[in-house]
Formats: sequence, C-alpha cells, structure tokens
Amino acid sequence: MRVASFPFVFHGCVELRQALDKQARDERELMDRLEEVPKESIFYHTHGYFLRHRPFTTAYGNDFARWAAVEVRDLELAERLAVVDPFEFADLEQLREELVTIVHDHLRRLTWVPRVEFGQPFHFQQSHIIEVPLGAPVTTLAEFRQGLAAVDASAIYVHMVEARARRGRGVSDFGAWLREALGLGELADRVERIDLYMASLERVRARVLSLVDQALDEEL
Amino acid sequence: MLRLDDYAQVAPPGVLDIVRRLAERVQGRRMVHVSGGRFGGGVAETLRALVPLLGELGVETTWEITGGDPAFYATARALEAALGGAERVLTDEALAHWVDMNRLNAKKLALDADLVVVHDVAPATLVAQRTDARWLWHGHFDASRAQRRAWAFFRQFLNQYDGAVFPLPEFGRRLGIPQYVIYPSIDPLSEKHRELTPREVTAALAGLGVAQDKPLLVQVGPFTRDHDPLGVVNTYRLVKKHYDVRLVLAGTAGDEPENREVLADLREAAARDPDIVVLELPPDAHLQINALQRAATLVLQKSVREGFGLGAAEAMWKGKPVVGGFAGGLAQQIIPDVTGYAVRSVEGAAFRIRHLLNNPELIARMGAAGREHVRRTFLLTRHLTDYLALLIHLTR
Repeated sequence: MRVASFPFVFHGCVELRQALDKQARDERELMDRLEEVPKESIFYHTHGYFLRHRPFTTAYGNDFARWAAVEVRDLELAERLAVVDPFEFADLEQLREELVTIVHDHLRRLTWVPRVEFGQPFHFQQSHIIEVPLGAPVTTLAEFRQGLAAVDASAIYVHMVEARARRGRGVSDFGAWLREALGLGELADRVERIDLYMASLERVRARVLSLVDQALDEEL
Repeated sequence: MLRLDDYAQVAPPGVLDIVRRLAERVQGRRMVHVSGGRFGGGVAETLRALVPLLGELGVETTWEITGGDPAFYATARALEAALGGAERVLTDEALAHWVDMNRLNAKKLALDADLVVVHDVAPATLVAQRTDARWLWHGHFDASRAQRRAWAFFRQFLNQYDGAVFPLPEFGRRLGIPQYVIYPSIDPLSEKHRELTPREVTAALAGLGVAQDKPLLVQVGPFTRDHDPLGVVNTYRLVKKHYDVRLVLAGTAGDEPENREVLADLREAAARDPDIVVLELPPDAHLQINALQRAATLVLQKSVREGFGLGAAEAMWKGKPVVGGFAGGLAQQIIPDVTGYAVRSVEGAAFRIRHLLNNPELIARMGAAGREHVRRTFLLTRHLTDYLALLIHLTR
C-alpha cells in the first residue's frame, strides 16, 4: 500500500451569509449590479449555489438563472444563464464578464426590459466561508476512501468546488493530493473529469468513491 | 435536558462533527442572548434549546430578559408592529420611557460577554449603554415595510450595533452596519416535532375530536387574514367535489377583533359542513399540533402575508408535502415540484391538492424529499452552526 508523501486533511465548512443592500427589479438592474458587486457576491451566487441547492435540484445552476426563470419568468435568459459553468473560467472577473455579456446581449434583442411583476427582486448577497478540519489526517488511499465516505457533504464542496476557484481551472484538492502525494496521476485525471456542474455534492462524492474503489481493486 | 449527542439521530451525517470543530475555535468565549421574554414564540423556543447546547460546547452562554412596567411592554409591542408595517400611534413620551427603562435594564442585566446578541425590539436600545464587547441585533420579523417614522427612530439604535441579522435579505432595510442572514429553525426533539407512535397520534386526535376515517387536509396557523384560513376553506370545497376529505384548521385567534371575526366565519363554515374541523388551540398545544401534522395526508400553508413562519418546515419534517403561498419564507421552505407546490390562488391550491391526492406515490416521494430538505436547512443543529460561525466571525 502506497503511503503519501504528505497527509490529506479533510475540511468542512459553514457559510455565513451577508446581505449587500443591492437589489435588481429588472434585467437591466441585474446587469448593472453584476458589474459593481464584489466578486465574493459573484462567487456566492454561482459556486455557492452548489452548497445551498445541490442536494435536491440542479434545475438552474446558479441564482441568476433561477431568478430569471422563477421571478421574472424570462425563460430564454434563464436558459442562457443556466448553462454558464463557473468552472470554465480562470477567475471570478472572467465569470462576471460572461454573465454581464449574456444579460447585455439578451437585452439588445428586446424592445423592453423584463422585470418582476409578481415575483421577488434579486437580492445580492455574499458569504463568509468558515472552514474547519474534520477527522484525522489520512496518508493512504484506503484511509482517504474511509474519510471521504464519512465526512460532511460540505467537505466535498470545499475540496471539489471551492478548490477549483481557489486553485484555478480544473484542479481540485482531491486531484492535487492524489497526484502529488500519492503519485496516482491517472486517478487524479479521472477525478478532475467528473462533471461537477450537473451533479449534486452527494453524487460527486459517490463518483469519487467509485473511482477510488476501482483504483484500490487494481492495487490489490 | 437534551445533549448534543441526542441530535445525532436526526441531524445530517457529519454536522455534529462540524459543530464540535467550530466550537473548538471559540472555547471559553462568552455569549449573552437578551430577549423581551422567556416564554411563547419561536425565539424563546429556539433559545431554550440553543443556550444549553452552546454551554455544553464550551461557549459560556447565558440568556437575559429585560424587565419593565406595562407601558414599557406596550410601547415595545407597538413599535414592533409599526416596524412590521402596521399603523400605530407612538408618542415621544412613550418612546422616551421605553429607552429609559432599558437604561435601567442595562444596569441590572449581566451583559459582560464577548458577543451580546439582542433579539427583536423590546431590549434593542440596550446598545446605547454598550461596553467594548461585540453587539449584534437579531430581528426575527420582516422590517421591509416599516412605518417611516418608526424606522427612523429605531435605526439610530441599530446603527450602534456591530451587525444585524434578518431571516431573509428582503426583510431588512438600509443600515450602516453589516446585515447577516440566518433562517429560523425547528427543534426536532421538542414536543412539537419529536417522533410519535401511531398510538400517541390516535390518542391526540381522539382528544381533539378529529376522526381519521378520511384523508386529512391540515393547516396549522393563526386565524388571521394573512394566513388565509377562509381561502383554505374555499380550496377544500373545490377539492371536496372530487375527493371525500376532511379539513382541519388549527391555530390561535388571540384577542384582536379582526381575528375573532375570522374565527367566527370559520366556525360558521364548520357548522354547515361536518368535515370542516376548526380547533382553537392554546399556544402550548405542541403535542396536539405534532399529532395533527403527522396524521395529515397533505398540509396547507396558504399564507398571503407572513414573516418567516416555519409551518411548512414543521409539516415537511413529518414527511408531508406542503401546498403553500408565496409569502415570507415559504419560498425557502417549499421547493416547487420537489417538496410541494407554491400557489397564488384558491384554484391553484385546489388543483395541486387534487393532483397529489390522485398520485399517492408523489405524496410519499415529496414527503421524503421535504424531510431531507428540512434536515439540512431548518434544524436546530444548523442554527447552532450559524451562531458559532457568527461568534468566530465577529470576535476574531
């Protein structure tokens, strides 16, 4: 059994939400506010969507698409926003630019500005993520599997979702450790190929576990 | 007294581990909660459970209550109503007396802590006598439609805090301090939400005079126009054309003349239809409400205006799909097509109920999804993590 050159420590997280006193009642206001809110707010409404909604629904992908669909009833804009995969962008400013461009292009084709008639305005928020270490450090693939199966789902968010925003495109904490500490480059590649955007945190956990199980079987 | 380990049977896997790890970062810090009363209402229920759990985790936590004469409480109630959007007469003398009483309260109460959390209106002006601890105001109501003069008066005190907490971002107003967002929660091990045996449910319903020979549609909530119980009766009548169901409306009316009128209208409807049951219950009828929600086939929460009531979450915790309105925090509780339906009309509610009654497998599926949604989002253990996160964030 391989022993890692450095241990992996699982971290879970808690999200403390903060309202920003910035609202949008129509799509032009949404575009304007998107340009001016702190990037932490862009993160909260896109990447953070996974932590808050993904246990049950992947219907909209981010808060902006959900608002366009449910509150404004503009299904075309909702569709265009829903396919924005935040993991495709190198940083949050690029993601912000993409969101603004989508709303801008959409409004250019219209002769009116869609607004909420019966629904709720969009309330911009941001969050303070507080991370905590969970369990003992692991140094082998078998220990990693055991830890991954037991940790709170927020650990999947920290290491697979938040890590990609922190480390850059396509690199999760799990993948980085498997490659750098255990020398399991092929397994790391497979973990990085998991489509986070269309899965719940529990499904992501199940897929990583399945890949690790295969690797453990091969090791035996 | 309940201990944190007791919640292991109901909390999501791993959450208690997170709670303990968060608490390790604030060992020995002191937190004081201050409210206007120790009994009645969701805030008191939550604090009664949270305060000992925080203590068990090593955060020295106490709960102080403001005292005052009847004029103090009358002004606090009127101001809270005005901040909630109702028209009230507030004289300068009454407001000055309320502030004076809290000046006395500040001398009597033990407010020496790292974080002082002041709940709602009655104790809010204590902050004028603040020490160098961090002070947080936790409002549990919707202040977005506050009367202008009431808000202008109240705002000067709120801006002396280090932060405010509202249940939803849209419940707040412009302030010069950070505004955090914390949903309310239910205590799954309390009398109102603990597991009941079928025998306990049957006995409680027999005690209330509710027969279980037909599918039950249940709405639990105050008999106010905001909670639309008359709309629920009209919904039931549309459903009754196709399904032999019984409607149970359970709640409190209080002394407000308008609410007594609503209750009288409901009783008149019940007098004409034996399948409409109207139960005026005391505020502490927790076991009876628990049993009614568990016996229900479907639960309605057809409010047209409310704060962040947890009626939908309470029913979902008991595995029931909820057909609810769009008011207040219902949108956060009901995930459309997953845990129930959000409707805007009597006809919409009837349509959704008929759909569910015609698809019993959907009732089971939505009920299970609703329970999981509540487990992750609305249990006391989540509230515990929020307060620990606030303590870490504000006392760094």
